[in-house]
Amino acid sequence: MDRNQIVQPENIVCKKPTLMNDNNMHYCPGCSHGVVHKLVAEVIEEMGMADKAVGVSPVGCAVFAYNYIDIDWQEAAHGRAPALATGIKRTWPDRLVFTYQGDGDLACIGTCETIHALNRGENIVIIFVNNAIYGMTGGQMAPTTLIGQKTSTCPYGRDPEIHGYPLKMADIAAQLEGTCYVTRQSVESVASILKAKKALRKAFEASMAGKGSSLVEFVSTCNSGWKLTPAKANEWMKENMFPFYPKGDLKDTTDK
Amino acid sequence: MAKMKGAIEVNTERCKGCSLCIIACPQKVIALANKVNLHGYPYVEAVNEEACVGCASCGIVCPDGCITVYRKKVEE
Repeated sequence: MDRNQIVQPENIVCKKPTLMNDNNMHYCPGCSHGVVHKLVAEVIEEMGMADKAVGVSPVGCAVFAYNYIDIDWQEAAHGRAPALATGIKRTWPDRLVFTYQGDGDLACIGTCETIHALNRGENIVIIFVNNAIYGMTGGQMAPTTLIGQKTSTCPYGRDPEIHGYPLKMADIAAQLEGTCYVTRQSVESVASILKAKKALRKAFEASMAGKGSSLVEFVSTCNSGWKLTPAKANEWMKENMFPFYPKGDLKDTTDK
Repeated sequence: MAKMKGAIEVNTERCKGCSLCIIACPQKVIALANKVNLHGYPYVEAVNEEACVGCASCGIVCPDGCITVYRKKVEE
């Protein structure tokens, strides 16, 4: 068959999400952020919420998220995204409000805002991209850095006696009364990506149904910070991150 | 028997050559080109497109949404 017969608009099975614009993303090659951005854009498009979605972008690698997905965005001060999202959702209850945060933003400077917003049961979704490192500032140790993991500020590996233990934010969120859905996903393979997309849609729908707050954690890679190729970073994540941050739903009361 | 034939189009100016699609492709259709784009990144291209079945694995894993996948049923 001629290639021209296959390359026709009616035969498209996969393309860049319509809500994702043509700006080149500043993320490093192979960064998990790109896939999570795609999932956010696809789910909002499929839910028909493009005109009613408001994202809150963090400080960190995803600070320019508002440049890439064509919905309404608000930039928050470092770590304060859940507080800002609370205000937006209370002002406009009919909007789909979500925050998009990394582990430095959500689990370090914004721990307070995150826990209290989740505990109050605000009808927002917190998207948490956990790559166990401060990516944007050059690969420093984060609260989520694994024991023994080497970063530029713990070159001999994280030692719990000096640096304390990694923080499992999703496990904390699952203990809170206000949350209705807490899940941990990843985006390293086709199967994981499709599963993560379903989880994201469930969280967005629960927030619109007023069931409480949701936390969707994406265990992610930072190949630049980890000093690995994108493919090797995925392998490293499977070997080291998944045993400590096991994937799956930690809490789901959306049916009640 | 009906067979699926696929084809891909790569947005070479958006591609950063991360090579995740090369690993995801079950048919070994994609390879890194020996050329760079305007941003200085080597980009991927379809080197063995006859083998493509349009499974869209490459398009799903691409972090930058550079790959458009087409699929058509062919009667033999």
